[in-house]
Amino acid sequence: MGDYVRQMPHQGSSDLAERPSTAMRFHIDVPLLLLLLALTAYGLFVLYSASGQSMGAVIRQGRYFAVAYVIMILGAQVSLQRYMRWAPWLYLAGVGTLLAVMFFGVGAKGAQRWLQIGGFRFQPSEIMKLVVPMAVAWYLADRILPPRFKFVLIALALVGLPALLILQQPDLGTALLIAASGLFVLFMAGIGLRYIFGAAVLAVASAWPAWVFVLKDYQKQRILTMLDPESDKLGAGWNIIQSKTAIGSGGWQGKGWMQGTQSQLDFLPESHTDFIIAVLAEEFGLRGILMLMSLYLLILLRGFWIGLRAQTSYGRMMAGSLTLTFFVYIFVNMGMVAGLLPVVGVPLPLVSAGGTSVVTLMAGFGILMAVSTEKRTVAQGM
Amino acid sequence: MPQHITLKDPHRESRIYSARTVAAIAIVLALLAVILTRYYALQITEYETYRTQSDRNRVQLQPLPPKRGLIYDRNGVLLADNTPSFILSIVRERVSDLDATLTALQGLLPISAGDLENFQKKLQRRRPYEAVPLRFRLTEDERARLAVNRYRLPGVVVDAQLLRHYPHGALFSHALGYVGRINEREAFELDESDYRGTFHVGKVGVEKYYEDILHGEVGYQNVESNAHGRVLRVLERHAPVPGADLTLHLDIRIQRAAVEALGDRRGAVVAIDPLTGGVLALVSTPGFDTNLFVNGISSKDYSALRDSLDVPLFNRAIQGQYPPGSTVKPMMGMAGLESGLVTTESTVPDPGWYRLPGDSRRYRDWILRIRGTGHAPRVDLNMAIAESCDVYFYDLARRLTIDRMHEYMSPYGFGERTGVDTTSERSGVLPSTRWKREAMGQVWYPGETISAGIGQGYVLATPMQLAMATSVLASKGQRKTPRLVSSIDGEPVAAPLLEPLVAKDEHWLAVYEGMREVVHGKRGTAKYLSKGIEYDMAGKTGTAQVIGIAQNAVYNEDEVAERHRHHGLFIAFAPMEAPTIAVAIIVENGGGSSAAAPIARAVIDTWLLGEAG
Repeated sequence: MGDYVRQMPHQGSSDLAERPSTAMRFHIDVPLLLLLLALTAYGLFVLYSASGQSMGAVIRQGRYFAVAYVIMILGAQVSLQRYMRWAPWLYLAGVGTLLAVMFFGVGAKGAQRWLQIGGFRFQPSEIMKLVVPMAVAWYLADRILPPRFKFVLIALALVGLPALLILQQPDLGTALLIAASGLFVLFMAGIGLRYIFGAAVLAVASAWPAWVFVLKDYQKQRILTMLDPESDKLGAGWNIIQSKTAIGSGGWQGKGWMQGTQSQLDFLPESHTDFIIAVLAEEFGLRGILMLMSLYLLILLRGFWIGLRAQTSYGRMMAGSLTLTFFVYIFVNMGMVAGLLPVVGVPLPLVSAGGTSVVTLMAGFGILMAVSTEKRTVAQGM
Repeated sequence: MPQHITLKDPHRESRIYSARTVAAIAIVLALLAVILTRYYALQITEYETYRTQSDRNRVQLQPLPPKRGLIYDRNGVLLADNTPSFILSIVRERVSDLDATLTALQGLLPISAGDLENFQKKLQRRRPYEAVPLRFRLTEDERARLAVNRYRLPGVVVDAQLLRHYPHGALFSHALGYVGRINEREAFELDESDYRGTFHVGKVGVEKYYEDILHGEVGYQNVESNAHGRVLRVLERHAPVPGADLTLHLDIRIQRAAVEALGDRRGAVVAIDPLTGGVLALVSTPGFDTNLFVNGISSKDYSALRDSLDVPLFNRAIQGQYPPGSTVKPMMGMAGLESGLVTTESTVPDPGWYRLPGDSRRYRDWILRIRGTGHAPRVDLNMAIAESCDVYFYDLARRLTIDRMHEYMSPYGFGERTGVDTTSERSGVLPSTRWKREAMGQVWYPGETISAGIGQGYVLATPMQLAMATSVLASKGQRKTPRLVSSIDGEPVAAPLLEPLVAKDEHWLAVYEGMREVVHGKRGTAKYLSKGIEYDMAGKTGTAQVIGIAQNAVYNEDEVAERHRHHGLFIAFAPMEAPTIAVAIIVENGGGSSAAAPIARAVIDTWLLGEAG
């Protein structure tokens, strides 16, 4: 690879730069692609068992993956400048659709999250997971970093507006993920430690008012259940007791593929979606968990590496934010299934069955690939 | 403005970014370590706990109730068997909202308040994941309705179970007793592990006496089932040991003959084989359908049985204590001969009444009312038995005294439970001075000895005791505890032998002759029985005066008269040369022994001559 060369863009006339690899030409980050392929293959393998040996479920999920890979690769072809140019407009459109959801949206299970256009259902909050960091990065990219107080405030407003709109849908999980993705941009932009500590203090201080004024009853219940699942064994605590039992009974070796009694005998709820890690833990044991974590860690490290090599502030901030957001998925999902965090609707990235999060995540990896292969284009343009 | 002067510094920004990346990686690693620690704790440190919990989730120990032993009569006729019945149970752990489920079930099939109450009680004592019965005896229609609605009733289980069934219903009600649902007190007394999965227990009679033998041993199986409670496979199985089958001495033919002969009268018949001590018939009428009790009798049916003037739930054969009347005369005669107070030749003058020396009160002979005189100027033992002379026995009783009478009569089984293998037997009364002192705190009066001599006064005996006494008489003093059960799982069970009553053979024969003349003699009190008889029968009539009806508080005018009539009694054994059956019969308010004696003939005919007889 021409990594060394790309570190010195002004030597663009060297032989290596003259012959970009096929992967480079198509803006593919090969290590990242291989890791993602390994992860999604592992995910399908687990899903087959978790869905009760349903080949239909695997094919459906495979189709989602196929669409998602295409979107990722298409997304990688778009130059970062273009993403930056689009950012404010996408942001405005996104906030607009969120407002539309608030007034005209359709809902399910007591939450109003979708927009119905013809026969097509569309969840604007999902797109905002990408649009919010894009917008914050756009806002900060041309400024001197670390940003001054005024810009930090404006950036926070850019994050806060969509996050609050989603929070009232209500969709706490997505709101937190979107807020995190925006805040990660600020973090990577190098905002002072005093902001970070300030935010931490504020978060702790706001816990009480949030409990009283913001959190809905069912959300409070989830937190209480996490703290003491035994208090409601057959009700809200059931999920968490069963998932912990599934995980714990897997031991080091696991019970074997399709041999998990918790998952195969329907004791584990949501076994193919949000709680799929419990199936993996039960059937493949701690070994399987370590393998999954290794894959995730390599993807994360690759993401950080891409950020470190990025040439522009915009690319750097996007890479850092997308990588950290990916991590939040992992942390929240694995934590909630193991009873460390309250149950919020966050899937295990690229493993849980479902199309929406897969497409968003892979689109994010597309942007990451665009960052990864950006310099060459920029360098050539210079 | 300062920011116009300060330019972007790519190197500084890059440096800051690198530092932030390092920090981010550090945080990511730290948090992943937290997650990993958690998974390590669950999967390695607490592995055993969760492994056990997951096994407990999927594997359940199911009790396998044993099949209750069957009961046959001596001819192999099935008297108690088990028929499949369907039970609706609930596994509490699989039901999220019990009230909603119960409401839904009530919409599908009738569930009584009693069912619910029993269910709630059992719910408190269940083991985790144990199915608690709610409704028994589901009809086919109810099962179909449950099957259709099964998807919305998680945790609701329908199981087949064998349930006791009495094919002959009322015919054997008092002979067999019945099983019923285990009640709270019984649940407390029974060994809980032996009765896992068993909902019934013997309540009275043979069913209760032989409970341990009939019940068998509980087995169990480990089954794997899913979250909805559906059993997927059996992992391990320990088969239950079925209860032993009982064969009784009872003979359905005699039982039926006795019930038919009694008809709609209240009474009791007990027949014993003197050779074995086996009980050939145990009848108390009216009976009742024991099947009603198997699954909890309805309160309407129960109050009908409980409040009936005829007290059908009362087992007259072993609980009914009646004055035996003149039926004690053969045993009294034996006492006179053995004590030497009388001989076969000695006589007593009989003016039709008897007076204690120094007392003006006259004790009348029953014949005085009819003939205005005694049986004969002088009466010997033979005539005293054959014609049931009271005066002869008044005199004997006086000379014997009550305590010696007690001594001579006890070996026949009077005054204490016979120990027959069934429940709720009563002991009757064989009075003595000591008995009166202890039971009533009073001294014995000589006049009381006189009535005791003819089986009246304080003397009380159950039909079972009378039958045993007759059997002792018939076998010349061989004493055996009466037995209903002849074999357990084909293994014969002998009646426990008691110390025999030793008496001179000629004494036995003398008494036998008197009893033979009761039936076959010209002036026998039951001479009408001998018409067309094909064997020699020894019998003795008896009449018991009714003082009052204690059990019944309410009765109407017409019935008062009927219920004040004398009880008719009769004891008999046959054939005389080698007796194989001894019977005792009482017909309440039968008027006299003539109500009872034909029943003995019917019973003995059936036994000796077969059904044609």
